[in-house]
Amino acid sequence: MEIPFAILTALTLVSALAAMSLRNLVHCALCLALTLAGLAALYLQLGAQFAGFAQILVYVGAVAILVVFAILLTNRGDQAAATRAPARSWVTGAGIAVAVFAVLARVILTSSLATGHPMVDRGSPTVKDLGMQLMTQYVLPLEVIGLLLTAATLGAVIIALPEKKTPAAAAPNH
Amino acid sequence: MQLHHYLLFSALLFAVGLAGALTRRNAILVLIGVELMLNAANLNFIAFWRFLPEAPAMHGLLFVLFTIAVAAAEAAVGLALIIAIYRHYRSTQVDDLRSLHG
Amino acid sequence: MIADLLNGIGLLLWRVVSDQPDAKGALLPVLPAVLQPVVSAVLSVAPIIGVFASLFALTTLLERKGLGRIQNRLGPNRVGPFGILQPAADGLKMLTKEDIIPRSADKVVHFLAPVCLAVPTLLAFAVLPYGRNLVPLDLDAGLLFFFAVGASTELSIFMAGWSSRNKYSLLGAMRAIAQMISYEIPLIVSSVTVVMMTGTLSPMHIVEHQAGFIWGFIPHWYVLTPWGFAGFVIFTIASLAESNRSPFDLPEAESELIAGHLTEYSGFKYALFFLAEYLGMFAISGLGVTLFLGGWHAPLPGLEWIPSFVWFFGKLVSMVFLFIWIRGTVPRLRVDQLLNLAWKFLLPLALINLVVAAVWHFTAVWTFPGALVVRWLLGAALIGGPYVLLGSALSGAKKNTLRVYRYAT
Repeated sequence: MEIPFAILTALTLVSALAAMSLRNLVHCALCLALTLAGLAALYLQLGAQFAGFAQILVYVGAVAILVVFAILLTNRGDQAAATRAPARSWVTGAGIAVAVFAVLARVILTSSLATGHPMVDRGSPTVKDLGMQLMTQYVLPLEVIGLLLTAATLGAVIIALPEKKTPAAAAPNH
Repeated sequence: MQLHHYLLFSALLFAVGLAGALTRRNAILVLIGVELMLNAANLNFIAFWRFLPEAPAMHGLLFVLFTIAVAAAEAAVGLALIIAIYRHYRSTQVDDLRSLHG
Repeated sequence: MIADLLNGIGLLLWRVVSDQPDAKGALLPVLPAVLQPVVSAVLSVAPIIGVFASLFALTTLLERKGLGRIQNRLGPNRVGPFGILQPAADGLKMLTKEDIIPRSADKVVHFLAPVCLAVPTLLAFAVLPYGRNLVPLDLDAGLLFFFAVGASTELSIFMAGWSSRNKYSLLGAMRAIAQMISYEIPLIVSSVTVVMMTGTLSPMHIVEHQAGFIWGFIPHWYVLTPWGFAGFVIFTIASLAESNRSPFDLPEAESELIAGHLTEYSGFKYALFFLAEYLGMFAISGLGVTLFLGGWHAPLPGLEWIPSFVWFFGKLVSMVFLFIWIRGTVPRLRVDQLLNLAWKFLLPLALINLVVAAVWHFTAVWTFPGALVVRWLLGAALIGGPYVLLGSALSGAKKNTLRVYRYAT
């Protein structure tokens, strides 16, 4: 239990750091995919099978691909190197992040909730149970998610359409 | 393993994502940072679901599923916006987008 | 000790061949406790790799032979009797070739791409039920696992195309990804009908739901229902595209892109890509067999004495033969035709198919004589009507007219 956790967290953290600090944008995207896969492995380790597989399907299979497509569409070919921020803003940003982490860590370590709980045996919830919950208690959020995804798909397509100079003249009649 | 190990790890991941989103200048990298932060939050849900006996049976899991769906939508719209911005300004550096800069 | 071991191995083989449960349990108690988990894992993994690697070798030969017959020539016939040693010759050639890495390539990503492709492809085999008691890993969310590892191969194709620093590689990879993402949706939606009807994501239980016979001799396979037939056709077309097979082999269209994302690969790495491509085709055919063709169930009552895995592999090989046949007869599509087919034709049909499946499910209460025939005709009409309408609407835009030549006389 200890060793897999250590390996997974180390891998995930190193690839997250790489995703945020490498110069080549495509390398950043590939490291992001590795980070997300590592998180999926952590979900599996915690017994959340469905969430882990959904994470791989959605993030590694779709979001990472979207990111690399966006990188290739916005940076011509090999000039995908990103410029670094000036030193002053870099120090400020990292300082804020460290401060946030310090606050979070202090809260976690002093909280009575976080320490001393053994792992609860929740069995492994089957997909059927999840589906039942989604279709009964959570049916409204599910519908809203469906609506949101539809709206987001349409919105993304419309936003990414080429800009028209003059809408009236742009569409010749056939 | 204890709950706080997972929480600390997720806080660290959140901080990495935050640092990236604040310091990097490329809009796509900012989006990657935001994704990392969202995922750190997701890990928290799963960890709480697994460790806290008083948590309802499946809240944590279902919340993660909803977050994944919302994050996917967010990524799609965000990247579409970045592409549209790139078409207009020929740049994805967030510093270059200052037309509304008073 | 040795006698026990041999006994255990013998019992294990007997249990596999005679379809008895707990084949591994025959051997494991004989071994020391330290070795048991390792041997158990090896016993699950080694047969998969062995069987599918030899099936790969066999298929490369049969594909070339079959294509040769379709094109009215002989196919490979020089190495060994009737050319059956051709795969060995090919393999030796691949392994002894020089491994070339382009000077400007991104060396790490270029190296990792074939590995990242081969590993998920092999993982997909873990959840398929090969026989009555031959399921390597019975996951509750097995189908989701299959699609998740299938989706993660797209990124490795991108890695291969991008890291080669070659425009043909990059174009081929982008085509491949666009194609795989587009066809993943009809693929998943057509599989969802089966999940709807069985109420489970576990491939093992899906196969168990297809047991039995209607009227004593028609197998209770989903391909023999209207929604199942439509789903199977959509699934097969989408899986042809997912495995980059002809007529959807645009990513490696030789006449346009040299070899797509494989252009800059040679030697062992190219062999890995080639292997992964065929293994992907086997995995997705195996899923098709599991979902629609009754998995390891025998096609007729009275044939159950034949071991169940024989039926599974028989159906799998028939699917592969169908793929080879299609490759030999259908010309390659254009990119726009490919994407139009996925988004404007297959996806709407797959969505309508969900409705057909629901109708089939809710008319199951009908008990009047001939209800089955009526339900069948109703389902066929519900999916056949949109098929005809959509087909004529999409192809009817271009009426066949006399061609007018502007400049020629």
